Amino acid sequence: MAQTVFLEAINQAIQEEMRRDESVFILGEDIRRAIYGATADLLTEFGEKRVLDTPLSENGFFGAAIGASLVGMRPVVETLTSFMWVAMDQLISQAAKMRYMFGGQATLPVVFRASMFYGAGSAAHHSDRSYPMFMNMPGIKIVVPSNPADMKGLLKTAIRDDDPTIVFEDGTLFGMRGEVPENADLPGEELLVPFGEAKIVREGTDCTIVAIGGAVNHAIATSDQLAAEGISVEVIDPRTLVPFDKQAVLDSVEKTGRLVIADPAHKVCSAASEIASIVSEEGFWSLQAPIQKVASEQVHIPYSPALEKHVYPDVPKITAAVKRTLES
Amino acid sequence: MEIDRDILLLMLRRMWMIRNFELKVMEVHSAGEFAGAAHPYIGEEAVAVGACAALEDTDYITGNHRSHGHPIAKGGRVDKAMAELYGRVDGYCKGKGGSMHLADYSIGILGESGILGSSVPVAVGAALAAHIRGDKFVSMAFFGDGASNQGALHESMNLASIWKLPVIFLCENNQYAVTTSYAETVAVDHVSDRAAAYNMPGMLVDGQDVVAMYEATSAAVARARAGEGPTLIEGLTYRFEEHSLGLGRVARGAYRDEAEIAEWRKRDPLDILEKTLITQGIATREECDAINAETVKEVEEATDFARNSPFPEPGDLFEDMWANPIPLP
Ligand SMILES: Cc1ncc(C[n+]2csc(CCOP(=O)(O)OP(=O)(O)O)c2C)c(N)n1
Ligand SMILES: [Mg+2]
Repeated sequence: MAQTVFLEAINQAIQEEMRRDESVFILGEDIRRAIYGATADLLTEFGEKRVLDTPLSENGFFGAAIGASLVGMRPVVETLTSFMWVAMDQLISQAAKMRYMFGGQATLPVVFRASMFYGAGSAAHHSDRSYPMFMNMPGIKIVVPSNPADMKGLLKTAIRDDDPTIVFEDGTLFGMRGEVPENADLPGEELLVPFGEAKIVREGTDCTIVAIGGAVNHAIATSDQLAAEGISVEVIDPRTLVPFDKQAVLDSVEKTGRLVIADPAHKVCSAASEIASIVSEEGFWSLQAPIQKVASEQVHIPYSPALEKHVYPDVPKITAAVKRTLES
Repeated sequence: MEIDRDILLLMLRRMWMIRNFELKVMEVHSAGEFAGAAHPYIGEEAVAVGACAALEDTDYITGNHRSHGHPIAKGGRVDKAMAELYGRVDGYCKGKGGSMHLADYSIGILGESGILGSSVPVAVGAALAAHIRGDKFVSMAFFGDGASNQGALHESMNLASIWKLPVIFLCENNQYAVTTSYAETVAVDHVSDRAAAYNMPGMLVDGQDVVAMYEATSAAVARARAGEGPTLIEGLTYRFEEHSLGLGRVARGAYRDEAEIAEWRKRDPLDILEKTLITQGIATREECDAINAETVKEVEEATDFARNSPFPEPGDLFEDMWANPIPLP
């Protein structure tokens, strides 16, 4: 199997879908020259009409993508999570609500690819991990891939899905290498990862870690380290938060009796909060210890590396949380 | 410009349809037959009717909270519109949208938006699709003088202009946003002056004159279809009724003087069109009255249809969320 960098996986997904379906096009800022890397060479292959550099008008061009999707196009918008704030009206008032509000008449196959550049000194205005806010609002599917193969397969599924989707692309993973199967080796000769199917990344029996996005690698490292201490940790990557594969988590907690959730988003009303609430409501009798949330501290992202490194879930914090569940 | 008699009579019919629809809505709303906001279009009929008469069914429109006039002007069904206001399953949106969110995707009505300015980028997007695919349809965004101050509109005009998209930005300048005069909130004399900033034609049109609206819009549509880009049209008009049904009971103090209202009521768009038709020998008084009477009857039937349509079932609450449904959390 080929070793592929996360960013290349994004590029492959877009390229394959643009080749397959003429209604797919991409728009965003500086994408023709691919300043964030994911859109390299698309202009040459697909031309100016399908690879659109936009002005700095997120509210305007998000809305234009939404409008184009209503009339049969499949737009892919490239943006940063932090720039979505200025386009919230289009995301919420239009993308999320239109179909329901119009009694099912509107179909919106639009994808927003939102990069999350945290952990690298970008400070408060460029480091958002905002997926929990969108989980709160019905109407948008939410994808958070944690490795190159899932990134490719989930993005392709998102482009084909007929509902509005935000793919949160974790910037801490952009350079990550991983195995991405060659199309020729796959059934149907393409990589499609379904929504709503969690992946059991490590099997274990003592404690379950549900980890999101970039936290998955930390959870895997934690699991590997604790294995040396004789602690068997199961790691689950939900991959999509809307829809959320709650059965996979409930089944795992039934087996292990313990749950740690590692979530790079802010702690309050995070994805971790929602997962904890599901397990408290529906898996309470499986639990042998209180659920532990390891999420970002409830402060803004500071610039100085001396401070920023304390904000996010990391291996020591996740390890400590697993151990707390085992104390009782 | 010589306008087809059929088009003139169609415009008269649609204007009467809106007028009589709105009169009925005011009547049944005050009788408490349904709740919620409703924003009458009375006085402004010529704007949407003239503009939409220049469009085909395959063209697209988006609109705003004052939303009954746009779909009727585009040829929408009054029975489905009325049933929607009554919150019934046979309504345009199966009772999920209500007065401010009518839509009819079968004839290009992409939906009215209760969030003002918000549906303008959506119209630009439909035009972007035409541009990418080389289709010949155009799209039109209706918005008020109040919403003309929204950033979404300005971003949209710039996008449409740089990409030469087939969009018509159609401002219904009824001179007030609820109680606030546009003279106090718009920095230029006319909303149409703003076109200059986006390098597109801006047309100031008498919004009480449906023929003028039709001619201006036809020119803009021709320009759009020829790939020459967007146009901003400002129909200068006046809302004869309250901003929203029931608002008169809560607003503290007058914001328009009676003399101004009376002056504008003299310029009723229906009178103006009928006078033209009759003096030019295009239609008789009796023919005009007959059209009015037919629309009264159609609105009456639409109201019966709405009243007799069932309410949605509780289970319908969970329908229409997704095109590819997912389990409820
Ligand atoms: C974004 C937004 N802000 C405020 C409102 C509340 N609001 C509803 S109607 C209205 C006035 C709109 O004025 P205008 O755009 O001129 O349209 P008109 O009602 O005159 O047709 C306001 C402020 C809203 N619906 N959406
Ligand atoms: Mg107004």
